Parts: sequence; C-alpha cells; structure tokens
Amino acid sequence: MEFVATVGRVFLAFLSHVGRLSAFTGTAVSHIVRPPFYPRLIMRSMVEIGYYSLPVVGLTAVFTGMVLALQSYSGFSRFAAEGAVATVVVLSVTRELAPVLAGLMVAGRIGASMAAEIGTMRVTEQIDALSTLSTNPFKYLVAPRLLAGFLMVPCLVLVADIIGVFGGYIVGVYKLGFNPSSYISRTWEYLEPLDVISGLTKAAVFGFLISLMGCYHGYYSRGGAQGVGAATTNSVVSAAILILVFNYVITALFFGK
Amino acid sequence: MTDAPQPKIQLNDVHKAFGPKVVLDGIDLSVARGESVVIIGGSGTGKSVLLKCILGLLRPERGSIRIDGEEVVGLRGKSRERVLNQFGMLFQGSALFDSLKVWENVAFGLIQGRNMPRQQAKDIAIEKLAAVGLAESAGDLFPSELSGGMQKRVGLARAIASSPEIIFFDEPTTGLDPIMADVINDLIVKCTKELGATALSITHDMASARKIADRIAMLYKGRLIWVGPAKDIDHSGNEFVDQFIHGRADGPIKMELRA
Repeated sequence: MEFVATVGRVFLAFLSHVGRLSAFTGTAVSHIVRPPFYPRLIMRSMVEIGYYSLPVVGLTAVFTGMVLALQSYSGFSRFAAEGAVATVVVLSVTRELAPVLAGLMVAGRIGASMAAEIGTMRVTEQIDALSTLSTNPFKYLVAPRLLAGFLMVPCLVLVADIIGVFGGYIVGVYKLGFNPSSYISRTWEYLEPLDVISGLTKAAVFGFLISLMGCYHGYYSRGGAQGVGAATTNSVVSAAILILVFNYVITALFFGK
Repeated sequence: MTDAPQPKIQLNDVHKAFGPKVVLDGIDLSVARGESVVIIGGSGTGKSVLLKCILGLLRPERGSIRIDGEEVVGLRGKSRERVLNQFGMLFQGSALFDSLKVWENVAFGLIQGRNMPRQQAKDIAIEKLAAVGLAESAGDLFPSELSGGMQKRVGLARAIASSPEIIFFDEPTTGLDPIMADVINDLIVKCTKELGATALSITHDMASARKIADRIAMLYKGRLIWVGPAKDIDHSGNEFVDQFIHGRADGPIKMELRA
C-alpha cells in the first residue's frame, strides 16, 4: 500500500511540474510578443549566448568533423566506400551532430548560467524587488533570454556546420590523402538545403528549450545556495534530456517517411 | 458629524497558509495616511508574508486588502502596476541588482517603471543618494563593492526614488552595527517625513521600532495580539508584548525547540 502511495505522490508531483512548466512557458512566450520590449537586454543575452559560446561550439565542431572523417574512413574502407567520407561528414554534421552537440554544449554553458543568475536573484529577493519597481520579471528576465536562445543557437549551429565540415576536410585532405577539389565537390554533391534547414530548425528549438529550462529552474529555486545549485543541475539535465527527445521528434518530422 | 478619513492601507480578516502551516490567521490592521506603523514579532511569525500579501507577491486565501479604498487582492496586469507605482520597499537584504551600478539600481523604477530618460533618472538617483548620505562617486560602483550599511542606504534611496506614497521597510536594521542601525533609523524617519509617506515596517529590533513607529503592532501565531501607540509599548499590559520587548526567554512565548 505504501508503495502505491509513493508512486501516486511521484506521479502527482510530475503532473504538478508539467502544469507549472506549461503555465510558465505560456506566460513567458506571451511576454515575448507584448510590449514593453527591452532591446538592451535582448542584445546582451544574444551576445552572451551567441558570441561567448563561439569558442566552445567551434572547438566541439572542428574535432567532431575530424573524428567523423577518421571513423567513417576506417569503417567504410571495409567495403571500399572511402569515397563517401566527405558526404557522410557533411550530412552528419549539418543534420545531426552540429545541432545536438552545440545544443548540449550551450546547455552546459548558458542554461547553467541562466539558472544560477535567476536563482540567485530569486533567493536574494531581487525578483520581488523587480515587481515592487513595477517591472514584470517575466518580461525583464525571461522573455529576452528565450528570444536570444531561439535566435542565436541557429547562428551558432550554422558556424558549427562550416567548422565541422572544415575539420573533416583537414583530416580528409592532409591525413587521409583525398584530393582537395574532389573532397569539396563530394561535400556539395549530395548536400540539400533541407539538410541544413532541418539542423537549423533543431537548433532554434534547442535554443528555446535551453533558455526555458535555465529560466524556469532559476525562477522557482528555493532555499539559498543549495537551492540555486540544485536549480543549476536540474536546468542542465532537463535541457539535455529535452534536446535528445526533441532531436528525435524533429528528425521524424523531417525525415520520418 | 464628519466621516472618518479613509485609511491608506486597510486589512480585514487576511488569512494565508502554506500547506498545513497557517501563517496569517485573520489579520485586521488599518494604517492612516502619513502614519508609520511597525509590526514586531519573532522570526517566522509571518511578518514578511504580510508585507508580500499587501504587495501582491503572495495571494491570501481569504480576506480583504485595500489601498486608498481599492481592493488589491487578485489585481493583475496594468491595474497591479498602477497600485505598485505607489509603493517603495526596502528589503531585508537590500535586494540590489548585482549586474547594475548603484545609480542604475536607484533609478531603476524611474527608467523601467515610468519610462523616464536615463540622464534625468540619473540626476534624481544622485540626488536621492545624497539624501541618504552617499557621495555621487558611489553611484558608479557596483553593489558588491559596498559595505552592508551602504547597501542599506542604497536600498533606501531606491525605495524613495520615485517619491512613493507608501514605503515598506523589511527588517531595515538587521545585520548592522548599532550606530549604523541608528543612522538608518534616522534616515527612515527623515525620508518618510519629507515625502509625507505612509510607512509600514517589520522588525524585531525594538530600538528601531521605538524610533520609527507612530504605532506598534505585535504579530504572534498569525494574529495581531496588540496594537497601540509606540509610547505605550512599555506598559501595554500584554504579557506577550512584555516578554518580547524585554527579550526574555521565560514567559508565555515558547520557542519551538526540539532536542
């Protein structure tokens, strides 16, 4: 009987979280489209997410492209398909690896930072202070971050696409001995706009989810430093899980048939 | 026969609970325009919850809260913003925005809440900083560069920056040395008198309560068990009040301690 009660409590707590997250998302999105807007805060968040994440995303992309070229060459050589390396690299990077890996890196860097900043503001009553100063915390804290995440992660992924393909090119040409012009022509030959568009769509959704999780867990953090720490961890873990789930959903929508 | 003047703040039968824990159990309180009322009570008796209910940060389950006769429980959006425009608040930990300079903190309500141009708001912020005894140069510092006493002064400057009609002070002297606490008390009295504002404070610092209050109310177990003029606090005839103001461990108020 105790077991059933425990399961019931966990299920009710889950439903309560889902309900609160849905209400939070609805309120936050409604504030993105309603004035007043805070262009300075939006710009600041865009720089924080887009510009300052470039090194980590770039490094991830270049090594991913390089490893992918090596791995696919070694694997494909078993059935004499080494010529497909350039195509595999570009399709894997644009469709899958750049958005997912960039998303996970940004979740670790930005999601954690948002949760910590907003969580600290919550436990030090700065969010209450915003309200008493006639400023809506959703509009001031949450909406600019959601918008910046939605807009900037696709930009990061576009850069990651280019750098990832370049990493594959470096290994392909200088280590595996491919002819540079044939590697480039192979890269373009099978690449379709939908490959890039699907990756950028994923990136926009991931960017929104990362910001949403950072803001949500920070906004509802409780209990001082420990609560802020828990919010930070929860934001990264939940963003990572949502990225993996939505990666499948979006892939199925684009390429499911 | 003339009608009694309308109270600035009027609370009737306000109840608030968190799960099974009842924090406010039927609060009735009236604060006249320009009056300074201090609510005293031990830690965890619901003083901060009461302020947050009036500000709309928490919603009471039952009861009425009126500002200038207007019911504010459940107000949302523009109506709530309009009511909040009348308020200033000094938070217990000052609650200054870490990412903004001191002058931007003071001018925040003017720039964001009232769309005032930044330069004009900055001039007012510098003026308010001077009113609480801080130099213009302090305006360009960040809150983390200030001492606790200076942060309280900045918090006070922010609370009065928009010349509010009502100011709330949440534990204004907690964590300060006695001299700095007295400086803050003097500033609170001076600023509220100059603005002609209605003040509602919560504290368990009796020196602070005696200095800034016209009337004192004591909150215990979710109820106001005594309300009277500040000058009567020493002969209230209430054993709970006597024990509290003299800080005695023995008496009707029992600390909930567990071995």
